[in-house]
Amino acid sequence: MATTTEPAVARSAKPGSPEPLLSIRGITKSFGKNPVLRDISLQVAEGEFLTILGESGSGKTTLLRIIAGFESADSGEILMGGERLDLLPPYRRRVNTVFQHYALFPHLTVADNVGYGLSVAKLPKEEIASRAEQALAKVKMSAFANSKPTKISGGQQQRVALARALVNRPRLLLLDEPLSALDANLRRQMQVELKSLQREVGISFVFVTHDQEEAMVMSDRIALLRMGGLEQIASPREIYSHPATAYTAQFIGHTNLLRCEVKAGAARCNSLSWRVALPDGPALFSLRPENIRPAASAPSNSEVNVVRFRGKIQQQAFHGATELLQVACADGLSLALRAATRENWQGELELEFSASDAVPVQESTAERGGS
Amino acid sequence: MFSRAYRVAITVPPLLWVTVFLLVPYALLFCYSFWSVSPAQTIVHSWTLDNYREFLRVNVYLQTLFRSMWIAARVTTFSLVLGYPLAYYLSFHAGARKDLFYQLVIIPLWVSYLVRAYAWKTILGSDGVLNTLLQYVHLTKHPLEFLLYSPFAVVLTLTHIYTPFAFLPIYASLEHIPRNLVEASHDLGASPLQTFWRVIFPLSIPGVLAGATFAFVLSLGDFLAPLLLGGPSGIMISNIVVSQFGTAYNWPLGAAISLCMLLLVLALLFLSENLEKKWSFR
Repeated sequence: MATTTEPAVARSAKPGSPEPLLSIRGITKSFGKNPVLRDISLQVAEGEFLTILGESGSGKTTLLRIIAGFESADSGEILMGGERLDLLPPYRRRVNTVFQHYALFPHLTVADNVGYGLSVAKLPKEEIASRAEQALAKVKMSAFANSKPTKISGGQQQRVALARALVNRPRLLLLDEPLSALDANLRRQMQVELKSLQREVGISFVFVTHDQEEAMVMSDRIALLRMGGLEQIASPREIYSHPATAYTAQFIGHTNLLRCEVKAGAARCNSLSWRVALPDGPALFSLRPENIRPAASAPSNSEVNVVRFRGKIQQQAFHGATELLQVACADGLSLALRAATRENWQGELELEFSASDAVPVQESTAERGGS
Repeated sequence: MFSRAYRVAITVPPLLWVTVFLLVPYALLFCYSFWSVSPAQTIVHSWTLDNYREFLRVNVYLQTLFRSMWIAARVTTFSLVLGYPLAYYLSFHAGARKDLFYQLVIIPLWVSYLVRAYAWKTILGSDGVLNTLLQYVHLTKHPLEFLLYSPFAVVLTLTHIYTPFAFLPIYASLEHIPRNLVEASHDLGASPLQTFWRVIFPLSIPGVLAGATFAFVLSLGDFLAPLLLGGPSGIMISNIVVSQFGTAYNWPLGAAISLCMLLLVLALLFLSENLEKKWSFR
């Protein structure tokens, strides 16, 4: 098919912008009068690890269920490989799901659970057995092939659920908070394993979670949902360093929101002021706590846009590698700052931050009417 | 933890109940089954196995027992065939009408058994509703006699009466199937039919077994339906027991037959419980 000269194919195969595997266009969904998803559009690239992040009630699980086919959207369409996916029943979609509570069949052995998809597709018995075996080996569960799912631990069920989905070689794997039932240590371990497994098999993952740290660790891109609207979609680094909205800045990581007034190229927030290239009017800035630091002893490079101020330490919280300090400025402004661990931060400090680290953010989309 | 008085207070009533209403009657039944009746119609309190020999020797008793089992087997089959789809529909597809339909299935249980059996008599009789209708539309010239006073009438009535008993445990077992298993099955490419046979049905087997046991055991021991609707050809084993305790005045033989029935039922319950355990995965 690579040599075909059909114009449609030629157009879709533009170099540098490969056709996305999954295209979600204008998905809207309400339960009764309750809007759950408002006009969601996003794309998943081949081999991408996309995380749908959001609080409970943000619509993230509903979006996943619409992709899987367990719910239907009120409007909008979903394309996979250029074909309508949303018109197919779930059992015809080349998409597999890892469910939040694994949903392993209790009456089948681990091996039969893994072979289920191949068995309903009526593949030869030998092929089912060998592929199920390989899939179990990949998730290190070969030893439990003949156990019943009720006899193995949560983490082991998790692995079996993963093998049961991957054995079908789906084009897209959906994961609905698969790690939420595991305890913290196992969870961190599984995050790493899941990520490396995804790299190895090269299948696109759409991963739903409410845990922003998990999203940051695992994803190529994060789609942040809020009240059914897509707040921002970007790589973890991008979304962390350039949050588009105040909500994103606060939900992903920890931040200080500075409500400023811009006048003649200078932003002013209480007694703090720095140069910006923004039109006059109110503006909102996000300043990460780690970007505020104790000032260098001499104010040598004052021509670089560095904002200096004095602050009194009010609170200190030990976070292992760092301390999170709450400082009060003279004018009543209170800021959080992350600093190196020290036994006792006390008294007044000379502090500074680079003006470029204060990122202008918008009020959240949901507040602007969810457009 | 609890006071002695409290423990006595909650233990004694059920023990008393079980003793008076179960243990004593069964002990009496047991004793009677080894006694005999004198020609002068008095109970002879000497131990003998004659009643059991009589039960096994006289053809009509065993024939009636087998007929009862055959009727019960048919009632069980029909109750499952009717009850399962009903339970499946209610559990998976009734949506908001679920509660209403459930009540509709349960309501007949509040109506007296006798009323329901008589209702069938009115429907099936030679000048009953069904025959009148058939003649009215000229499908038949004369009333169909086999409708009433036949094993057919007994099976029909018992099926009507015991279908809710088969329905309830099946419905409960279907309700207990986590819906994400059904979704997982669809997700893995199984069509609705494949999902039914590979996931839903296997997981509902304990309910089917419980429902079948109810329908079989209850209809095996039934005596009102055959009495009212069975005629001579529809007599069941309980009618024989009743007649032994009544007109025949042979309590020992009646007790022996009862005891055999009891053992049969206990064996069935034991078997069904073990099968249910084998098929439950929780």
